[in-house]
Amino acid sequence: MEDLRRRLDGVSWVDLFLWGLRIVIILLIVVGAFNTLTSGKYTITTWISLSISGLAQGSIYALIALGYTLVYGILLMINFAHGEVFMAGAFTTVFIANYFNRIGFLNTYPLLAILILMVIAALVSMSVAVLLERIAYRPLRGAPRLVPLITAIGASFFLQYSFRGFYGSGFQTYPTVTALSGTFTVGKVTIPVVQVVVFFAAIALMSGLYWLVERTKMGKSMRAVSEDKEVAALMGIDINRVIVFTFAIGGMLAGAAGVINGLYRPQGVYFFMGFIPGIKAFTAAVLGGIGSVPGAMLGGLFLGVIESIGPNLVLEGLGIDGANQLKDAIAFTMLVLVLIFRPQGILGERLSEKKA
Amino acid sequence: MAHMAMMNKTDEAKFDGRALVKYGLLAGVVATYVAVIGMIATFSQRQVVAGLLTLGQVLLVAPPLGMAYFSARKMAGESGGKILAAGASIGLLTTLPLIGLIILANNTNIRIMFVNISPQLVNILTFGQDSVFVGVLLLLVVLALAGVAGAGLTLLPARWRQALVIGVASTLGIALMSELFVVILRERLGNNFVRLFFQSGVMRWYTAVGIFLIAFGLTLFWQWRGTQVRGRWQQFAAPRQKQVRWSGAGIGGIILLILPWVLGTFLSEVLDNVGLYILMGLGLNIAVGLAGLLDLGYVTNFAVGAYVTAVLTTTSQYGLGPIPFWLVIPIALLAAMFTGFMFALPVLRMRGDYLAIATLGFGEIIRVLVLSDWLAGRIGGPQGILALQNPSIGNFSFSRPEHFYYIILAACIAMLFVSVRLNNSRTGRQWMALREDEDVAAAMGIDTVLTKLLAFTLSAAAGGVAGAIFAAKLGTVFPQSFNLFVSINVLSIIIIGGMGSIPGIVLGAFLLIGAPELLREFQEYRLLIYGALLIVVMLRRPEGLWPSATRRRELQDAMDATSHLGVAHSEVISHGQSANPPKMD
Repeated sequence: MEDLRRRLDGVSWVDLFLWGLRIVIILLIVVGAFNTLTSGKYTITTWISLSISGLAQGSIYALIALGYTLVYGILLMINFAHGEVFMAGAFTTVFIANYFNRIGFLNTYPLLAILILMVIAALVSMSVAVLLERIAYRPLRGAPRLVPLITAIGASFFLQYSFRGFYGSGFQTYPTVTALSGTFTVGKVTIPVVQVVVFFAAIALMSGLYWLVERTKMGKSMRAVSEDKEVAALMGIDINRVIVFTFAIGGMLAGAAGVINGLYRPQGVYFFMGFIPGIKAFTAAVLGGIGSVPGAMLGGLFLGVIESIGPNLVLEGLGIDGANQLKDAIAFTMLVLVLIFRPQGILGERLSEKKA
Repeated sequence: MAHMAMMNKTDEAKFDGRALVKYGLLAGVVATYVAVIGMIATFSQRQVVAGLLTLGQVLLVAPPLGMAYFSARKMAGESGGKILAAGASIGLLTTLPLIGLIILANNTNIRIMFVNISPQLVNILTFGQDSVFVGVLLLLVVLALAGVAGAGLTLLPARWRQALVIGVASTLGIALMSELFVVILRERLGNNFVRLFFQSGVMRWYTAVGIFLIAFGLTLFWQWRGTQVRGRWQQFAAPRQKQVRWSGAGIGGIILLILPWVLGTFLSEVLDNVGLYILMGLGLNIAVGLAGLLDLGYVTNFAVGAYVTAVLTTTSQYGLGPIPFWLVIPIALLAAMFTGFMFALPVLRMRGDYLAIATLGFGEIIRVLVLSDWLAGRIGGPQGILALQNPSIGNFSFSRPEHFYYIILAACIAMLFVSVRLNNSRTGRQWMALREDEDVAAAMGIDTVLTKLLAFTLSAAAGGVAGAIFAAKLGTVFPQSFNLFVSINVLSIIIIGGMGSIPGIVLGAFLLIGAPELLREFQEYRLLIYGALLIVVMLRRPEGLWPSATRRRELQDAMDATSHLGVAHSEVISHGQSANPPKMD
């Protein structure tokens, strides 16, 4: 009895609340999923094709998430403007893609054209990311944590409205590539070609990054700086160079993701397009464990799939109408839940106990 | 004097030709940027001096002028001729990217991509000359002169320079607000009087010169006799000083009370918006400024207040009432406090930057929910809720912006009172302790959980009241009003005005909400300017425009401490929170 009371004293009512929240959420998910599955409204093929489109979307989140995770690993700051870095590449390249389409280049040599577009987008996004670091973040490297975050929020809006000024406030659309517009069938499941291409393009880029971080000298420097800046500097590593390189790599991946995203979802290219993918990619990075490269990849794919099947699986089972409208709410709820219950993410290491 | 300037600038490299080219081209890039994003063309629609000068032209000459001024300051001690020549070359260098832009615009169809590189822009850049060649020559001359003027400023004695700058700034400021003056003057003094000094709402040239001379003269006079005036004021006996202060406050109070009837409907509307943002700013200030909890989802409270009011006062099918507005206000306040409390519970344990993103997530969830079909049956979905009843006392019904001004004023004064009292209270000090270091605060016996919850809940209350008044004032509620930008606006007001500083927030609300509503041209670039201001304030003046004394001291200490640490940034970044940097595996 005495023992029990002592244990209960250690548990504050906030903990109890959080435990209650946990139980309610798990119950909701189980009940929703159970209802949907027993109603027999969807077949197994539906779930598979939903998961595949989720994987394609998730691989794009993963590419953006890598930028958050790399920067966080090195500077311990959330680059809030990273979604705008993605937008910069995607928004600039849409005009070139349409030009390629007009002159017929895009459909005669689709592979080459897409590669060129990706390189252009990567360069644009990279320049934005590097300028951002140089102008807005570097002078604040020693400041209290919230100061660079506020700067990043400012930079985010500055970039959005700058690009609105450059290219106008209208919506642009990527051209459709005929080579990618077909579908093929495996068993009973029909899969759009574009989803497979998007997925493998993203995987190829991520493998490249993994190789870079693990096998090259620069990657080694990056790991060293993320481990301990001071010691890394003593070992002769130019810290500023490593940081700029990190921003550049993150920016290039985001830019390439912009073009890949354009292939997958051609519509809705405008100045605010980076905001929601940015938050979702941040969610993915936290989900996988911020600071961890494989974690960001895994987190992205995971988020993509959840977002794709979640509304149908859970929300419809709970009797909520228009479940697909709440897709974004699912992602944001995920973000909040991960931050509450497992801030270190799937692969992340435990941060210092009291703050994480 | 030159020697002292050198001493102050020991960290600056010697100013040589390379630096000159760098700064000149930088000014050029800035000028080209404002041209390409369309600011110059948009601002050219606003005249500063009738028929002579547009705001676009001011914007065009500002980069070389400013850059020449800063470069010339670094050259202090060099001969005057050399400094002026440097200014001229900075002006000339500024034109290079602009000339490139003109050539590009005239010879390619780049406009397909960059929508603002229009023939109209070229026309502005070449000062409306038919021949591009003549126009470019004119541009070279004007920008070189701007450079010379900027550099020349540094050669003037400090008091003349100050008077000149204040003179130009006041002229420009009054010119931008000229519509406001025209509205007020027309009602008091008649149309003919106004037409004497203004031409269709824009200053005539002699008005501008007059205002400049008055401001210039007053500044000079103040420099000459200012210390004497101040000395005489201090010689006043203390009770007399108090008397003067109180009568000043009394006059200020009367002005506040009659303001909407002087200003008219449109300006009252602007004032109302400013007031609502002051209310929200003071509210968010409790969380962000005092307790250091960066809340990016403040719109949640605003939305809760507005929707509660809408549901309780509407006569449409969504209504549960209608209940009198005066009863709804406390309900909206409690509802907002409750949501603030519920949303605060899960984030209590989070670190600062995670908390910011999580609250952002809450704000977005609310936005998605109010728009969804799921809740449309209760709160109208995308169509919103219409037909809210106006607040009324007896037979008098509040329907116009002038009427709502008084409700907002009362709410603001109440909130100001609460803020000031909280600032100096035990709770206020607990919040500030929490802001500076959570662990130390906990070690000093502060209950961090309760203190944080109190900050979130009280901060939410103001948002709820603002939402309630907003809904009543509009008479309708649309989900589109409750987006991220509300949160960002409020946050910008606090940060730019000065975190934790009450006068800073009032100033911030007038600058960031009031000014853009008066200047239509600014509307489109509002968030661009906010973003840039947030960056600049964080880089150059993290304590804000009108800082609170404590905050400035603390930030100064933090900055001093970090500037000596050199490479050991990680400790400072984690701010003593001993976070092990996560590894990259």
